[in-house]
Amino acid sequence: MDGLELVKLFHADPSLIYEYVIETYELIRKVEDSIKSYITLKPLDEVLKECKIVSDKIKDGFKGRLAGLLIAVKDVISTKGLLTTCGSKMLSNYIPPYDATVIERVSAEGGIIIGKTNMDEFAMGSTTENSAFFITRNPWDLSRVPGGSSGGSATAVSAYEATISLGSDTGGSVRLPASYTGTVGVKPTYGLVSRYGLISYGTSLEQVGPIVRDVSDAALILSVLSGHDPRDSTSLKVEAVDYTTFLKPIPLKKYRVAIIKECINEGVDSSVLSSFNKSIYRLENEGFEVSEVSIPIIRYALPTYYIIAMAEASSNLSRYDGIRYGYHVDVENKLWDEAYTESRSYGFGLEVKKRILLGTFVLSAGYYDQYYLKASKVRKLLYDEFSRILSHYDVVITPTAPSLPPRIGEAISDPMKLYLSDIYTATVNLIGLPAMSIPADIVNDLPVGIQLIGPRLSEGSLINIAYIHEVKSGLKNLIPTAVRPYV
Amino acid sequence: MSNLNVKIGLEVHVQITSLKSKLFCSCSSEYRGKPPNTNVCPTCLGLPGALPVVNIEAVKAALMVALALKCTISDVLVFSRKHYFYPDLVKNYQISQYDGIGSVAIARNGLMTINVDGKTKPIRIRRINIEEDPGKIIYPTGSLLTSKYTLIDYNRSGIPLLEIVSEPDLTNPKEARIFIDKLRSILEHIGLVNPELEGSIRVDANISLEGGSRVEVKNISSSKDVERALTYEIIRQSKALEHGEVIRRETRHWDDLKKVTISARVKELEEDYRYFPDPDLPPFKISKELIEETASKLPELPDQRVERFMKTYGLSEYLANVLVSEKGLADYFEDCVKICGEPESIGNIIVNDLKRWIDELDLSIYEAIRLFPQKDLCQLVDLLNKNVINIKILKEIIPRALKSGKSASTIVYEEGYVDISDEDVLLKIIDEVIRENPKAVGDALTNPKAINYLVGQVMRKSKGRANPELTNKLLIKRLNELSRASSNAN
Repeated sequence: MDGLELVKLFHADPSLIYEYVIETYELIRKVEDSIKSYITLKPLDEVLKECKIVSDKIKDGFKGRLAGLLIAVKDVISTKGLLTTCGSKMLSNYIPPYDATVIERVSAEGGIIIGKTNMDEFAMGSTTENSAFFITRNPWDLSRVPGGSSGGSATAVSAYEATISLGSDTGGSVRLPASYTGTVGVKPTYGLVSRYGLISYGTSLEQVGPIVRDVSDAALILSVLSGHDPRDSTSLKVEAVDYTTFLKPIPLKKYRVAIIKECINEGVDSSVLSSFNKSIYRLENEGFEVSEVSIPIIRYALPTYYIIAMAEASSNLSRYDGIRYGYHVDVENKLWDEAYTESRSYGFGLEVKKRILLGTFVLSAGYYDQYYLKASKVRKLLYDEFSRILSHYDVVITPTAPSLPPRIGEAISDPMKLYLSDIYTATVNLIGLPAMSIPADIVNDLPVGIQLIGPRLSEGSLINIAYIHEVKSGLKNLIPTAVRPYV
Repeated sequence: MSNLNVKIGLEVHVQITSLKSKLFCSCSSEYRGKPPNTNVCPTCLGLPGALPVVNIEAVKAALMVALALKCTISDVLVFSRKHYFYPDLVKNYQISQYDGIGSVAIARNGLMTINVDGKTKPIRIRRINIEEDPGKIIYPTGSLLTSKYTLIDYNRSGIPLLEIVSEPDLTNPKEARIFIDKLRSILEHIGLVNPELEGSIRVDANISLEGGSRVEVKNISSSKDVERALTYEIIRQSKALEHGEVIRRETRHWDDLKKVTISARVKELEEDYRYFPDPDLPPFKISKELIEETASKLPELPDQRVERFMKTYGLSEYLANVLVSEKGLADYFEDCVKICGEPESIGNIIVNDLKRWIDELDLSIYEAIRLFPQKDLCQLVDLLNKNVINIKILKEIIPRALKSGKSASTIVYEEGYVDISDEDVLLKIIDEVIRENPKAVGDALTNPKAINYLVGQVMRKSKGRANPELTNKLLIKRLNELSRASSNAN
């Protein structure tokens, strides 16, 4: 049963919430040790107290859209009174005094935060192996990574340890793990969901996005999260939309699909390619008009993405100096610079340091024009090119990732391959468009995802298309191998 | 000093004290006097995930200053991040503005005229920036060098600042002082800054001498200290150059207790702040409507007020300029004129006496007004007109009032300042003077102008309390009697 159906049941009989919560904790007890989705899991008794509050409210007529649902939250989103580490030693003791806007919105609809999920340190990585605390394993194959950086949010939902999770997507950090775990991940239009309380990595690129087990829950949670927030200056002044009205098994309009030639070339695994083709046929059978287009400039997207992400990261992460919060060194008899150097040397991991150094370099006097400014220009060209294509088509479809989930340790030994896993997703962040990863196939018991990209604020159409694909493929509420013995 | 070819440019940091909230959050802008770290929120503490939202009132304030300084206003507002590590800076970058590749300051290329010894001189304004104030570092057991530990108070973090940068058009320390006083007067007239608040105006002064390098003196808090610091630097640098030393490019601090500048760090290269447009604050268009709306709210500015003072009150350009150099002084003048008229004598008294004593006693105009309010000056002028006191006494009462805090009338009546207008008393003194100065009397009898000497002697004998006009009259009368008596005797 998905979240949308559960909430209807809870509205009718709130006592069912306890049953659902206890069952979920029972499953967590069985699978969490091998998967490790959570950095912080709230104790059951604490969550049961929150259930009581929600259930009492329902009895008083409360019709919260998420009433009673367990929501897992990536440890990059600020939660008042609840440890928020960003997967880093730097923030291993940081408890925010305030809630992110998305947390306020989830709570207002009766959602219950169950815990905080593992991630690559400061969202830098594509495998969740860069967490300062432990790695998270893919529930489909425990020897493989779940993708990242929102790996823990993807596995928590995939392994039924929560119904909905929130991740953050700077270059594919929601969509890639969704693809690797057979779940649905949404990267909303830049500015549709508030970033207030999302701990910044690549400010101009990232959005909070949900990971769920079917398209209906994507529509449900997106309806709650989206809408203007005056506390975020990059928030779009748009009214909240009820995306569940787009959950129709027939096309709401005649959709024209573009496939980018450069995204289905020799760099893509053959199994990924054949799954991708299967999905395209499914849509063609539903009357979608499919064409191939070429965007040669897309080859510059990844270097552009990394220059901008690292530049912003080097700036955003400068606030971590151990003076006001976070990892604090003994400052006795030290100069400021020495205290900073010590806390930052110890508090940050290798990947974070690498990106801070590169970001500092590209913003330095004399290099700014060559790197940051040039990247900004390429970014504009990419935006123009995609705008041109999306004036003729309703959706662009690509594989979410060029390959199946790598084995643990594999990507770390080959950093180029690691960076390349973002190749289809990162472009979208550069130009702020909405995109979704949905399951396209299961190959040898490993999920494969495809990515739908639409024009700005076309989340409704994307949900309609994803829903049609889900109905035709039957790929929803998938049960990964690690969980099968217990359901 | 002129042959040293001195170039001075100023960077003036001004807190926009009229705003209710900070630049990027809703915390109060009244941070003074609050317990440390209580006037803060996630945004001005730079907590992870907290975001800035621009206080539009600060933008309007900046536009107003830009218009008053005749600047070209940018058509977009871009905030940039200026990176440097320092514990008072919560994010280790300051949200500021940058005039360079990829960014732009809110306003550029302005002009402000200053009046130096009766001559007007145009000073170019390079740019105006909006930026956030950092927190405050406190050294509880000494100074930067000696304190055992350091405390940081972030109550000030995020207070809106304007940075106003001049071109190096100033050529001596006096001009620098006049520049700052004029700028402060403009800001006061616009109503943005209360200069009485400690730390509301802070100046960094750049100075170079021919054959030397640019030296920056940071964090000077008054126009008088700017003049002192620059004078100190000219003497220091010119002596060094005379001795064949090299003036290095460096930053110095002004020690306002010892009145010297101290080297802080040598700048070999331009510091790299890695400016880039703040992605948390998307650029927004500064519309023509907003500029026009701002322009329509621009009040009377000092230059216009000087003209009006000359035209309406018939003041000399000098008097008008001095009065308007401080808004408080100009307001004081107009209040007095409203109460008792006589703009010219009021203007003269304020400029020549009140202002002189304010400077001498190192008071602010506002402190001075509290000690010597408008009605007190008007009372004295009234007594003067009624010949109860004379001008000399009036001049003496002003510093006494400023020093003692007693009201002017108390001083007049309780301290024996009332003018001697009693003819019998005066005649007694005059007769004494005539007896003691036979030669001067002889002169006065032949040359009417020589009578002034005798008047002066009467004033001296009466300790200045003799009514000068009456003294004059009575002296002439007595001398006439003497001359008649002597001719009769002949």
